[in-house]
Amino acid sequence: MRRALDILLPLIVAILLLGVWEWAVAHWQVPPYVLPGPSAIAKAFAGNFSSLMAALLSTLTVTVEAFLAACVLGIATAIAFSQSRLLERTFYPYAVILQVTPVVAIAPLILIWVGFERINLALVIIATIVAFFPILAGATLGLKSADFNLVDLTRIYGASRAQVLWRVRLPTALPYLLSGMKTAGGLALIGAVVAEFVAGSGTATGLAWRIVESGNRLEIATLFAALGLLALTGVLIFAALSLLEWLLLRRWHESAISQRV
Amino acid sequence: MITLKGIAKRFANGTEALRDLSFSIAEGEFVSLLGPSGCGKSTALRLVAGLLEPDAGHTHFARGRPEIGFVFQEPTLMPWANALTNVRLPLDLKHLARSDGNARAASALKRVGLTGFEHAYPRELSGGMKMRVSLARALAAQPKLLLLDEPFAALDEITRNALGDDLLRLWKEDGLTVLFVTHSVSESSFLSQRVLVMTLRPGRIAEDIALPFGRSNRLSSATIEAQREISNALNTVIAA
Repeated sequence: MRRALDILLPLIVAILLLGVWEWAVAHWQVPPYVLPGPSAIAKAFAGNFSSLMAALLSTLTVTVEAFLAACVLGIATAIAFSQSRLLERTFYPYAVILQVTPVVAIAPLILIWVGFERINLALVIIATIVAFFPILAGATLGLKSADFNLVDLTRIYGASRAQVLWRVRLPTALPYLLSGMKTAGGLALIGAVVAEFVAGSGTATGLAWRIVESGNRLEIATLFAALGLLALTGVLIFAALSLLEWLLLRRWHESAISQRV
Repeated sequence: MITLKGIAKRFANGTEALRDLSFSIAEGEFVSLLGPSGCGKSTALRLVAGLLEPDAGHTHFARGRPEIGFVFQEPTLMPWANALTNVRLPLDLKHLARSDGNARAASALKRVGLTGFEHAYPRELSGGMKMRVSLARALAAQPKLLLLDEPFAALDEITRNALGDDLLRLWKEDGLTVLFVTHSVSESSFLSQRVLVMTLRPGRIAEDIALPFGRSNRLSSATIEAQREISNALNTVIAA
């Protein structure tokens, strides 16, 4: 019942909002190049379905590649930090600098260095930079959170560093890592969109490019359709990662158990 | 089996935990290390386990370092693993084949009365059951020396007594040497053959009390007499 309400309530609000929107646009005769109604947006979506899907696929590919790259790099760096305090003290500030510098400011440089002929690689690098930090931060905190007594116990039984990492530190880090991955999934999408914006039209072919192009042509209904698709993609990425989190933690971690009650 | 001689230990924050700590334990003995909170009992146990290095003095094992089983005050289980996998941990770390490890872990769980709970996760078990899993894990490694750091302190009295009885049974069955850290006079008087009473920090042995045989239950006159003797020694230590 509660699960049904979780879906039903936002759905009712969405239907009400769309109804009010449609009515207001018709009632005040708002021009479609300022604000089209939901029905016009749906029509634009259907009319541009194949090109919007191609754009979505392009953005999604960059997002997924960047997310996976951020996972590999973030986890590897966190493992290196957990094995050497010296490494962490030396390099963690640089990871923070990378995080706090706005990606829009570094994106042009990356585009120039990688080259417009390899635009997809440049987009993936930019989106990876955006998604990297939450994974690094989550995994680093998680790897450090291992129960000291449990680590001591493995030492009594002569465990190697690799065994302690594999049997104790990594499983302890899993909930922290998954939380970081949920944030990083959304950020990878944002990073991909920002990168496409910076790259400009004529090079990138993703949803951000469709938004810019539709804006330039005053095809606001298509712009809204692309925007809706982007939001839906973000929600689906979050939902997929939440499902992964639940599947991996449902037997033992409080966060996943309380969701079930 | 073990001899500690002139052990001193000071921590990085300046706390002097132990000074001139010396004692021996014979093979097959059940010895309690008793003292007030913060007197360095756990530090002594960690030194025996090899988790800490002394600043001075040395630890000597008569026949080389034996296989050690360790039980902490908290169950210290892996919450992501079921009881069987938790008990199998020492065997996995020694690269024992999975099937052999499972058989030995299941047998250890059976010995602590947890048959049927092999696939239960720690959060599905009571405090006493978690401690039994922890004990089974220590036994799975087939130790010669069992070190226990106030293992029953967080449990209710009924569970504590039941686990104490189990521990005595396992000690007799396996011919273990046991060093049992506790701050409970009654626990030490019933379980052990010798009680080493420690001074306040920096800890050393103030009294080495050998207990008479014939303590058949917790309320026997011999047990109560032993309690009186240990309490007197402890009171002298605290008053000093």
